[in-house]
Amino acid sequence: MNQNVERLYNGIIKENPTFVLMLGMCPTLAVTSSAINGLGMGLSTTVVLVFSNLLISAFRKVIPNGVRMPAFIVIVASLVTVVQFIMQAYTPALSASLGVYIPLIVVNCIILGRAESYASKNTIVPSIFDGIGMGLGFTLGLTCIGLVREILGAGQMFGIQVLSLSWFTPITIFVMAPGAFLVLACLVAVMNIVRERMEAKGKPLAKPSGCMTGDCAGCGHAAVCCGKTTAEALEEAKTK
Amino acid sequence: MSDLYHVSSSPHVRSKDTTGRIMFYVVLALLPTSLYGIYNFGYRALILMLVTIASCVASEWAYNKIVHKKDTIADFSAVVTGLLLALNLPPTLPWWEAVLGGVFAIVVVKCLFGGLGQNFMNPALGARCFLLIAFAADMTKYTDNMSQYLVDGYTSATPLAVLRNGGAVNTMDMLIGRIGGTIGETSAIAILIGAIFLILMGVIDIRIPASYIITFSVFMLLFGGHGFDGNYLTAQLCGGGLMLGAFFMATDYVTSPITPVGQIVFGICCGILTGLFRCFGANAEGVSFAIILSNLLVPMIEKVTVPVAFGVAREKKAKEGGR
Repeated sequence: MNQNVERLYNGIIKENPTFVLMLGMCPTLAVTSSAINGLGMGLSTTVVLVFSNLLISAFRKVIPNGVRMPAFIVIVASLVTVVQFIMQAYTPALSASLGVYIPLIVVNCIILGRAESYASKNTIVPSIFDGIGMGLGFTLGLTCIGLVREILGAGQMFGIQVLSLSWFTPITIFVMAPGAFLVLACLVAVMNIVRERMEAKGKPLAKPSGCMTGDCAGCGHAAVCCGKTTAEALEEAKTK
Repeated sequence: MSDLYHVSSSPHVRSKDTTGRIMFYVVLALLPTSLYGIYNFGYRALILMLVTIASCVASEWAYNKIVHKKDTIADFSAVVTGLLLALNLPPTLPWWEAVLGGVFAIVVVKCLFGGLGQNFMNPALGARCFLLIAFAADMTKYTDNMSQYLVDGYTSATPLAVLRNGGAVNTMDMLIGRIGGTIGETSAIAILIGAIFLILMGVIDIRIPASYIITFSVFMLLFGGHGFDGNYLTAQLCGGGLMLGAFFMATDYVTSPITPVGQIVFGICCGILTGLFRCFGANAEGVSFAIILSNLLVPMIEKVTVPVAFGVAREKKAKEGGR
């Protein structure tokens, strides 16, 4: 498989940031009260992610190792500011409903995570595709959660009433904070079932190739990589 | 002879109590309340009870079937959860919302955490709070007890809501239960009959309900804004789900502390939280939220109230004396 296509597949399915890596949970839980919010948040994060991967990959040789984190943050923050201004100018309604979560893209762990683990170690083109893949994976996750919450909580789909209020009582808990946890948990459970089925069939769908966090306590995949350290997991991936 | 001469290591359990037996006692104790609810609210209350019980039992059976676990519906706990849930619902709730509540209670609150004994909060109350947030309008539509004779019923404020707005209530009606509210919370007397039965049978201990109610009374006297007004206090005690909560929900074995001191601390927590929610909260009622929040504190309460083992305290004292 072409490396760029592999990056896209990796971001959208294999290491989907929402359902597999469990990164960026704060916007995932907070802004997905409707599908359009999820889509908007996902796409704006994708834009930032692509450009930050591009810039960080381009500058990876000039950024000193000791100050790489501040340097990444400066790059990401500049990009987020640009995206925020563009959204305020052209999609004021979406910008208002996403509120503070647009500036908070700066501290989204997907962006810093990809910068640290991929863009700062790879050439420009694969980094861009990595950004697109991860961004689309995030968008997919957020839109799915938003869609389920919107249908159950308001009977709507992208703002269009699909379940008639004459017989459907909206389950308002799903557009509130607890609903985000319930829906996310159910979707992750579905994803895990699918993955298990695929593995049983001999077609492993998602086995994260390398450790993202380097910390097994905070990672949902301690069972998959059997507690191997980042270096070991990477070594194993190389020998394969 | 060999039947009597049985060698085993401690602890030697001589009691014939089983989960099913205890749950059966609880169902018996809930009978007066349930019957009064049916008398008060008519056939709808009965239907709602049957619906929630069926939904709880069916979802427990289905969950155990799907995840290949041992079938546990025979221990009666799902029946108790279903009945308690129904008693916590307003009689006009649409049946499918009640079904959803039963599924939530059993699957999300109980089974996903490992089944009976592992749930971190009372399943019936968890489901009630879920329904309260999910269907706020339907869950707070209380009808008067006369409405069973009308087709749609008419809504009337619960005594707590009346009190909150500065109105006066008839405390005698509240004791007997001729008031609006959820199916099981209206009659203080019916609840007390069941509670006394449970205490006499040794199923529940007086510590939690006593410390709960006393703390709540003290709180209302101090912060209720009515001073020492017996009428107001009685109305607050008999109104809402306080009696039902204190005797049947807070005393749930799984979600209350096992240490004697811990049980008193737990009751105090429930009492203070209920008082806080009723006096300063956005709603007139706060018993269910108070109890499930206190449920979350139980592991910590148990941790700090572990009784000192026999002989240990003396050693500690001796050490301190030696210093």
